[in-house]
Order: sequence, then structure tokens, then C-alpha cells
Amino acid sequence: MAASCSGNSALLHKCVQLKSMCNIHQSSGVFMRRIWTSRSKCQLQPKLQSKRAPQMVGVVALEIHAQIHATSKLFSSSRVGFSAPPNSHVSFFDASLPGTLPVLNRRCVEAAVMTGLALNCRINTKSLFDRKHYFYADLPAGYQITQQRVPIAVNGSLSFSYLGGKKRSETMTKSVRVRQIQLEQDSGKSLHDDQRSRTLIDLNRAGVGLMEVVMEPDMCCGEEAAAAVRELQLILQTLGTCQGNMAEGQLRVDANVSVHHPGEPLGVRAEVKNINSARFVARAIDYEIQRQIEVLESGGTVLNETRAFDSKTGTTVSMRDKEGLQDYRFMPEPNLPPLFVYESVATVPDGVDPAHVVVIDRLKAQLPELPGAKRTRLMEEYGILPEHSFTLVSEDGLMDFFERVVQKTKMEPRKLIGWVMKELMGNLNQRNLKVTQSPVSPEALAQLLNLLESGFISSSAAKVVFQEMWKAPEKRVEHLVKELDLGLISDQEELVKICQRVMDAHPDLVQVIRGGNKKVLNKLMGAVQKESKGRADPVHLRNILEEMTS
Amino acid sequence: MLGLSIKEVSAALREGKLSATELCRKCLQRIKKTRHLNAYITVTEELAMKQAQEADDRLLRGKSLGPLDGIPFSVKDNFCTENVATTCASRMLRGYRPPFNATVVQKLLDQGAVLVGKTNLDEFAMGSGSTDGAFGPVRNPWSYAAPYRTLGHGTDPESDWVIAGGSSGGSAAAVASLSSFLALGSDTGGSTRNPGSLCGVVALKPSYGLLSRHGLIPLVNSMDVPGIMSRSVHDAAITLGVLQGQDEKDSTTVQAPHSPTALPQEFDVRDLCVGVPKEYHAPGLSAETLSQWTRVAAMFEGAGARVREVSLPHTQYSIVCYHVLCCCEVASNMARFDGLQYGHRSAVESSTEALYASTRHEGFNDVVRRRVLSGNYFLLKQNYERYFVKAQQIRRLITEDFRRVFSSGVDVLLTPTTLSDAATYSDFIQEDNRTRSAQDDIFTQPVNLAGLPAVTVPACLSGRGLPVSLQLIGRRLQDRKLLAVAHWLERQLDFPLIRFHEEDDAQETKSERNRARERTSGS
Repeated sequence: MAASCSGNSALLHKCVQLKSMCNIHQSSGVFMRRIWTSRSKCQLQPKLQSKRAPQMVGVVALEIHAQIHATSKLFSSSRVGFSAPPNSHVSFFDASLPGTLPVLNRRCVEAAVMTGLALNCRINTKSLFDRKHYFYADLPAGYQITQQRVPIAVNGSLSFSYLGGKKRSETMTKSVRVRQIQLEQDSGKSLHDDQRSRTLIDLNRAGVGLMEVVMEPDMCCGEEAAAAVRELQLILQTLGTCQGNMAEGQLRVDANVSVHHPGEPLGVRAEVKNINSARFVARAIDYEIQRQIEVLESGGTVLNETRAFDSKTGTTVSMRDKEGLQDYRFMPEPNLPPLFVYESVATVPDGVDPAHVVVIDRLKAQLPELPGAKRTRLMEEYGILPEHSFTLVSEDGLMDFFERVVQKTKMEPRKLIGWVMKELMGNLNQRNLKVTQSPVSPEALAQLLNLLESGFISSSAAKVVFQEMWKAPEKRVEHLVKELDLGLISDQEELVKICQRVMDAHPDLVQVIRGGNKKVLNKLMGAVQKESKGRADPVHLRNILEEMTS
Repeated sequence: MLGLSIKEVSAALREGKLSATELCRKCLQRIKKTRHLNAYITVTEELAMKQAQEADDRLLRGKSLGPLDGIPFSVKDNFCTENVATTCASRMLRGYRPPFNATVVQKLLDQGAVLVGKTNLDEFAMGSGSTDGAFGPVRNPWSYAAPYRTLGHGTDPESDWVIAGGSSGGSAAAVASLSSFLALGSDTGGSTRNPGSLCGVVALKPSYGLLSRHGLIPLVNSMDVPGIMSRSVHDAAITLGVLQGQDEKDSTTVQAPHSPTALPQEFDVRDLCVGVPKEYHAPGLSAETLSQWTRVAAMFEGAGARVREVSLPHTQYSIVCYHVLCCCEVASNMARFDGLQYGHRSAVESSTEALYASTRHEGFNDVVRRRVLSGNYFLLKQNYERYFVKAQQIRRLITEDFRRVFSSGVDVLLTPTTLSDAATYSDFIQEDNRTRSAQDDIFTQPVNLAGLPAVTVPACLSGRGLPVSLQLIGRRLQDRKLLAVAHWLERQLDFPLIRFHEEDDAQETKSERNRARERTSGS
């Protein structure tokens, strides 16, 4: 195959054009800055405006492209790999050599069906493929195979909760409608080399399977949209149908944003393309809503256009790459027969091997517990706070870790969650480790907590031991406790001896206590704990000290 | 020996009466002798001799791969051949060497068949004369055969030659001029049957989906089928047996029906119902073709078959429907030729868009460009319903016409293949490609819309000494039965073998063939 990146010097002028376009934007930076400053003012404005016409609100719809997690591409057997050398995963079909034909990858269909089921969609047992035409250097066939007319899944919903409100502690719950999920091909990548004035094409990504999840305009702001994206990301990761790494482009968000006065028809929308993090989704949308309000309030009109989000400036800029009317000249893909999936094995027609087709019931049975259900269960079963349930579900492997600790200890889950959230996560974050990489096993933590629960060690001692466990994960917990000499002092005489020493050292405190100020007893207790390295049982200690100071 | 059928020559190879290298060398010599026909774009001489040698090694050890082992064949230059130039007779793909073989080519190679060359065609198979390719027109071998010359038509070999038909004119000319025993064509609207008919060879368009299209550079994906050209129905049947069947690389292929590979020796036409579609009495049908049609219908009737007139009312809309669908798919299929990855690239590099535009302008001829333009127009959002959707509806009506006729008890349809015998080149180019395709495809094209099998069989020589052929159309996936009927018909017709004016070796070939016939008929 001809190296697709060779000699694309012809594309240099395109780069030049793009560059000059950027210049235009830079020169109109005054305009941009005006928006910025007025935006910050605007945040203070609602009070002023509330007296006049009702405030305009944003309306947001999302189109999310999720790369299907599969070993090979949607219509070819080339491997899928993110950081492979350029053009190393390119089959003849991916390069659109004439005479090659698409062959549908069943794994990709299964991924789309599972995702559809998880998003409460109706699965179309017969769906169709179409060609969408446009010329672009990283689209070698001159068209993308997609599902425009009859997609694989329709009419679903995505429910999600997020922590909002003033202190970000209120649980907000929301549901957006999912119009459809369609299977389609990813494009290749164009790398514009400005210095040498050329464009390099990498086709490794060309033909990778995508699920395009189309959501209805049911969101009103960046925060909501970002929460929807995060929830979808989590669902896809739970299903294993997409790895969901936004930085690697496995999940890409296009946001359709418009503004209107509530109750009036929707405004003209602009599309902000290819946003690659949930945080940027929120920022891009909020910026765009504010920009459109500004434009309309200053008597302008919002253009139906494609915009890009610039994460450095936090603004969206017109892409102007689709000048004029874009007509994709859709037509049915003639090389792929209709895609049939079956409700159950019983509905698979004679002569078709059920092992070679996609059966909805079979996939339904394989659906794992989804994030929403997990959170509810965690809160109900263990009585933990909503924000804790979010962290448990969002951190890969954390819920599993938590539940294993719960199973192995007598400690109340509500008490235990603090250890997981604070001590475990603190240590992991400090060491930049994932939960699955934790050197301290759930079993070891459970043993430690059991010692604490049974009164063998104090809470402060347990924290010291826990730190030691990270340094020497191979050592048994009991061993560490013994080695550090942190077991509670069970010998009454020894405890009395320590108390006496402390009292002797602090005659002033003893004087005050005897004078009737019982609160000062705590100071004395602290001093004893220091002396005993936290090995004294607090209840027991208080009794002894009270007796000795009376 | 070049005039023998595959069945005959295969027997001779296995009996050691002939070596594959000798046979191959003869074919290559014949190709050189008939260069003036312009049937081949690429001759794969070295590769062919190497393959022939390998065939000989097998034959010597008695390990023949089958009936096609050592048989020289050629392939229309729109099928991909690994590391062998595949041009589609277009400047766009001049010098392009695909890295893989089309499935049908690979299957022939796997059977030990010997590839002698890639044959000429209309650019990207768009045409009905094999006159509109980047490498010049194909000349019909019968232009140089004794009958045409002696009947006083071909007095000046440089100006009086007749066209080969198209778009697979090179393949038809190769088989007719005896430089290939077998050739692959492609058939989208009649592109295998039309030249087969004008060049007097058997040309089969199998049911859609029976043969893999993987590696066939597409014209209209939903109608394209690889076609088989040979000098006898039996040879076509052998080849069909080898080529048919599901291919995992082409999702539109179907499992071949279970049926015996060999054609029946005795075929009883008394159980047969032959339909004669009345709408095929089209304006422009030559008196000679009509009389052959009538004669053959009578022949069936005389042998006890039921022959009845049938109606295919929507046939008249077939060409316009085809025109819309074809242009749409062409516009789409040609989009990949942008000069970036393979094929021609323009020197105009002022911008990406300018590079695309000039590459495509320089690479494609007028015919391709016109179809791309029309197709993109038909596919525009505002036009889609009026053109593409309408055409698809008509297509369904045409398919329904055939279904109704076949379900009324008709087994095969008998029609002309072309309006008349071959036109001279100078006459043919008086009209443009679009007009010619509309005129010439009318009998062949509805079959492609319906996905049915059809075969053309040469019936006789016209008063000008040129072949006149008839077409049989069968039920979907009943290709084998269709061939059985064609086989019977072929034996009644006894179409003559070509004899070249200048040569007397054809005479020799004829007697050789007769000898071979005597040998094989005994077995």
C-alpha cells in the first residue's frame, strides 16, 4: 500500500488557509475580550435583570462519539490501538483500496446493543447502514459508513445524579432522552505540520467502530451536560463497551447549544465540536450560552455554525470549515445487507447459527450492575452518604475493595467508609496509584479494623499501623502491631504506673482538676496517650485517672 | 489446439498429449498476433509461463488440481490482481498494482488456471462498446474473420472494423480470438453479455450474490456481478462451479445451491416452459435478430417445450431507473479517487480542494465525470426522493414483473441479447456513450436490476458475417438449470468457430477440434 503520509505537501495551502483564519480570530480578539469581560459582569446580573423580561436560558443537546472497545475495527480485521506507530493498523479496506468491501464486526454490534440496553433503548432488530459523503484527507473513501435512517437503538434515556447546589453537596437527579445510538466508522487523523507546511495522515483510527449516542436537548447548562457525559462514561466503562478515556479521544463530545426565553421556540443552535474532557464540556457550554445571550442582547443573530472550544482561552471559536451548505448526499450502503439482531435464540431463523448472530436476551443476561443501581444499593445496604456512593462507584475498583472489607470485618460500614475514603484514598492519591494497584489488600485493612473493633489497638494506633502497612505490605498486621508495640496495655498495674508518672510531671493540672475543673482531665489523658504511644484504652484510662485525681 | 473447449484441452493436458507450457506459449503467441484487436491492456507473460510450468509439474505427477489446471485465462482489468497492474482503463489508475487478488481471480489461480493478461474495457466499465477507455477501443475479432471479409464488408481493415461491445469487450475479444480459453468480465447492465453476444462467445451473468465481488472495482455495487466468458456452455458451467459460493469478504454473497456440478448430457425440454416477453420487441431490433429469436423459439416448441408470450410491463422504465441508480453509486464509489493514496495525482497543489478537483478532472474521462456529476445531483437532499427513491421503487416493480412471470410457471425467458450484430466503430461513435448505453443495454439491463442469472448464446452469423446471439434468463439462483437449457440450445445451433481471413491455421484448429471431439465423446 502506498504510504498515505507521503508527499502531502499539497495540503500545505490548507494549513496556510487555516492559519490565516486563526489570524482573523486573533485580530478580532477585541470582540472576544469584550465577551469575556461582559460575561463576568453578567454573572452578577441576574438580580438586575429579574425585573425586566425573564432571563434567557440555555438549551443543550449532546452527540457523543464513543469508540467501541474491540480488538478489531468496525468493518475490517485491523487491530485497534491508540499509540501504535502511524499507519501500522491499516487494512486494505481501511485505506479504501478499490475493490475492498466492508465486513461487519459482530463484537461492535454486541457493544452497541449492550449500550442500548443499558440506556433503556428499544433495539431495532433490523437496522441499516448508509453512506455519508464529504471530502476530507483523513476520510479515504470520501464517505463514512453510518446509520442515518434506521439506527441500531432508539428511544432511550440516561438518568444521572450529580452533586450540585451551593456547597456541591446536594444530590441533583436528572433524566435526558437518548434519541438513538448509531454504529459508524471513525475517521483517520490529520496532523498539520505547520513548520514544514504539510499535512500528515494517520489511518490507524480510520474505520474504528464508533457508537454515536444522540441525546435530545434536555439539558440547560454545562454542569448538567458534564454530569451526563460522566455518567455515560461510567456506564460504558462498566459495560466494557468503551474505555471512555477522553484524553485519548475514546469519548468525544459535540454539544448543540442554543438559547431562548423559556416557553418560546428554541433558538438557532451552534455546534461546539470535539470537546475532550468533561470539565471542558461544562466550560465550553457555559461560555457558548453566555456568548449567544450576549449576541442576542446586543441585537445580533446566532449563526448556525460549527465552533471549536479553545481550552487555553476558555472560549469557543467559529471553525468555518464547512463554508456554504454541507449536503452529505446520504445513500444506502449497498455492500452491507440489513443488520439483523434477534430477541431470543427462539427467534433466530432456521439455517442461521445462533452462535454467529447477536441475540438480545443473551446480552441482557450479561449486563453488569450499572452505576445508578450500584449507588442506590450502596446507600440502602450500608447506610452511607450519597457523596460516598459516588466516589465508591466512580473510582475503578473502589466499590469492590469496600465491599470486600465490609465482608471481612465486624466494623459498621458507616464507620468503615471513613477509612476507605480518607486513609485508603489519601494514601493512594499521595502515591499516584489506582485502587487496583493498592499494596494494601482489602483483607489486610479488614484485619486492622478488626483489631481496632475488638479493642486490641486504639484508633490512633491503628492509623500508625496503617501507615506502616504501606511500607511493608508483606508483613502480617498482627506482626506489625507487635513489632511496633502498639497493642493496648491490658496490664492494670502498668497503666497506673504510667498515669502516676504523668501526674507527677504535671502537678499543676492535677491541682486544677482537684479544684473541680473536670475538663482538664482530657489534657492529662492526652499526655498519658503520648507517653503510652496511644496504647491505652481511652475508657479504661479515664476511669483510672478520675479515680487517681479524686 | 487453441480452438478446443476447456473440457477438451483439459483432457489432453491430463493425458499428456499437450503440456501446459506449450499451451500457454501458444496463447501468448496468439495474443501477439492479435495485438491489433487491443484486447489486452497488460500481458502477464512471465507470470503465465511460471504458472504453466507449475501446472506441468503437477500434471506430470498426476496431481492435477482439476479441470482448470493449466488452462490459460484472462481477466477484465477492473478485477484486482496481486502485483499486476489493474487500471480500469483509466488514467486515474494507470500503473496501480493492487496488493491482493479478487476472490474470483484467486479461485481460478487456486485451481491451477494460468493468467495470461488483463483485458481492455470502457473506463471503469462505463460503456457498451469498449470504445471509451484510456487505452483505446477494442476491435471485434470477427472484423478480421473470413466471413466478414469475404462477404465484402471488411474491405479496409483499418476503417471497417466492428466494435467488440462492452464494457468487457477485451475479455470477449480474447475468448473469441482464441488467445484465452476463459475470461472474466463484469456485468452491471449487460457488460458481459453484450460483448459476448457481439463477439460470438458464451457469456454468463450469474445470479447476484452467487459470486464474490471482493476485488472487483465497483461500478454499481447492487448490480455488479463477475461474468464468465467461454467458448461453450459446458466451459461456463465448469467455471461457475469453481467460482460460486459464499465469501466472507463479501457480505452480499449467498451460499450456492446444492446441485450437481456437471451439466446433464441429455436434457429433456419437454418439461420446459419458455417465456417470450412481448415488450422485448423493441424499436431498432434488427430483422435478422428478430428472425433468429423466432427461429429459436420455434426450435424449443418443435422439441416439445411450451413456449408462451409473457409480459414484463415495467421493462420500458428500466434504462432510466438504471441511469439514476448507476450515477448515484458511481458518484459515491468514485469519491475515493482523490489522488492522495494511490493512482493519479495532479501537479496542481494550490490547495487540497484544487488538488482533488484537478486530480479527478485529469484522471477521469468525460463519461465518468458526467455520471459523477449526475449522481451527486440525484443524491442532493432536495432531489433524493424524486430520483433515488423513485428509481428504487421502479426497480422493485421490475423485479416484481420477473417474479410474477416465473411464478406463473415459466422456467426461462428467451430474448435477444442485443438489437443487432456489431456496428462498425465509425458508426458507433456517432452517438455519445450515454445514448449508446441506453440503446444497447435494453435487453440485458433489467436482469441486473432484478439480480437474475442470464446467459447469451451465439445463434448464427448475420448476413454481414457477424455473430447474432440470444439471451436466456433464469430464476434467481437457478443458474445451473439455466445453463442446462443453454447447453441444449447450443447443441441445436452449432455456431461456427472463428476462422481468420489471413490465416489457414484456423482450419487446422477446426480439424484438431473435431479430432478432440471424437476422443472425448467416447469417454
